[in-house]
Amino acid sequence: MLMGLYNYWVVVVLMMVGFYIVIAHGNLIKKIVGLSIFQTSVFIFYISMAKVDGGTAPILAEGISQYSNPLPHVLILTAIVVGIATTAVGLALAVRIKEAYGSIEEEEIQKKDNLDC
Amino acid sequence: MLVHLPILQVIVPLMAAPLCLLLTRPRLVWLFTLIVSGLAFLISSLLLQQVMTSGTIIYQLGGWDAPWGIEYRIDQLSALLLLIISGLSTVVLLAAHTSIRKEIPADRYTLFYILYLLSLAGMLGIVATADAFNVFVFLEISSLSAYALIALGKDRRALWASYQYLIMGTIGATFILIGIGLMYQMTGTLNMYDLSQRLPEVEHTRTVFTAFAFVIVGVCLKLALFPLHLWLPNAYAYAPSIVTAFFAATATKVAIYLLIRFTFSVFGLSFSFTALPLQILFLVLGLAGIFAASTSAIYQKNVKHLFAYSSIAQIGYMIVGFSISTATGLMATLLHLFNHALMKSALFLALGAVMYRIGSVQLNQFQGLGRQMPLTMAAIVIGGLSLIGVPLTVGFVSKWYLILASIENGWWPVAVLILLGSLLAIVYVWRIVEVAYFKPPVAGRETINEAPLSFLIPIWILVTANIYFGIDTRLSVQVAQAASQSLFGVSP
Repeated sequence: MLMGLYNYWVVVVLMMVGFYIVIAHGNLIKKIVGLSIFQTSVFIFYISMAKVDGGTAPILAEGISQYSNPLPHVLILTAIVVGIATTAVGLALAVRIKEAYGSIEEEEIQKKDNLDC
Repeated sequence: MLVHLPILQVIVPLMAAPLCLLLTRPRLVWLFTLIVSGLAFLISSLLLQQVMTSGTIIYQLGGWDAPWGIEYRIDQLSALLLLIISGLSTVVLLAAHTSIRKEIPADRYTLFYILYLLSLAGMLGIVATADAFNVFVFLEISSLSAYALIALGKDRRALWASYQYLIMGTIGATFILIGIGLMYQMTGTLNMYDLSQRLPEVEHTRTVFTAFAFVIVGVCLKLALFPLHLWLPNAYAYAPSIVTAFFAATATKVAIYLLIRFTFSVFGLSFSFTALPLQILFLVLGLAGIFAASTSAIYQKNVKHLFAYSSIAQIGYMIVGFSISTATGLMATLLHLFNHALMKSALFLALGAVMYRIGSVQLNQFQGLGRQMPLTMAAIVIGGLSLIGVPLTVGFVSKWYLILASIENGWWPVAVLILLGSLLAIVYVWRIVEVAYFKPPVAGRETINEAPLSFLIPIWILVTANIYFGIDTRLSVQVAQAASQSLFGVSP
């Protein structure tokens, strides 16, 4: 039970680590790192679920009859691109926030915003 | 040509976006964007007509058969949403050229239109596709461009709002991705129709249950359901006016579409409403949203904030209609979706006009505007009346059906609470009316003129639509009814 499903344990642990960082940390860069870990756990989930025991890459060749499922792998290529784009936009925003507020700590930004109101 | 309409609907704005880079003159880019959006509107009108006469349109991308290839499926529900998105995008764009001159630096005009078209393409794609993974991709296309559009706001708080939206939005989208992955694991398919056929075989497993929970929470984050709405007020308040008008009319509506699509078409009605206590959950959260957000709206000093909170309350009404889970209830939700898009785009566009003239939308700056900008303020009043649900406006039609649906279901207290919620709307709309009409103009600002025609025309198109669809309800009611009945027909 524990060992047979170890890939899911990896996924769940990574997911929770990432999610926790997003929620608990006030530093904008750390939040984005957390978000990336969170997304990566989902990539691993997709990739590992498509693996067939004893299967190889899905290329037609003599003497091979068992293949891993290529579809989730392809899907996750797209999701990785989306993940990178999200990280890039997030980091770009963090740079602009640093320029505008002089800080990338959530608390200080909130404090400055409250002064503005 | 006509056969390819479903794909053209998405591909035209998507391909047009990079082309904007070739046109350097701002006016040219604006005209081009307007034409592309108008073209999308034309396509969606043709699609709606086709769907209403001959039923669901199925389009196979590249000619590959359904479970293997990607399929686009336009039924009444998708056709209605496509019409709302492309129609309002076009009307809002009419004012864009004037509005962004005061709100966005000149070197970013082209980028603004590119992002706008990408966002439009993403939303149209979510609605048109019948492939679960495609939904995720289009969701991210529209969201990523939305984050950038919001960050274009003049105020530095726009950046912070955009960042918060990015974090929340990405978590929501990733939750949906997890849900789709779990579904694929159990069924081996991503096609929505195929999923609906295969999920019942495995619906008692914990995996499917988990998939459902992930998808629902992810979608609810996107649609700003009451406790998950925190990203919305600031994002709407600090984004450029045009962006706010566009998103208020479309973005959350697309998420509600996804909620309906997943619960009704993919998981099926019987599973959706028994696996989770969805009915009571949505009823409570919807009503809580109506009251909490309307009360917050009353205390806002920034009028854009005020209407953003009111948007959350209106989403509450849609969710209440959804939770009734009868054909009438769903119809009320769809009607309100259509009507709310009309009201909020008119209101936020009028606020854009105020922003253009006086450079602020703080409530205390509205003093005397009733006389200085009579046409703009009249539009805000009519939009406000529509929000309250006064007869002869669209707001009345959808609230009428909503109350009808809850009484039909025997939920008398809910009907009473819906009416009480409307009373709160009277309070916050009255606050604006009071300041604008009964207070003298702010000192030193006696010479403010009416907004330019490029604002007044789109605003009054929307206001007229608010009244027209409040009187002649044939089109909206007929389509909403057909859509909700077909959804209940698919999964009895």
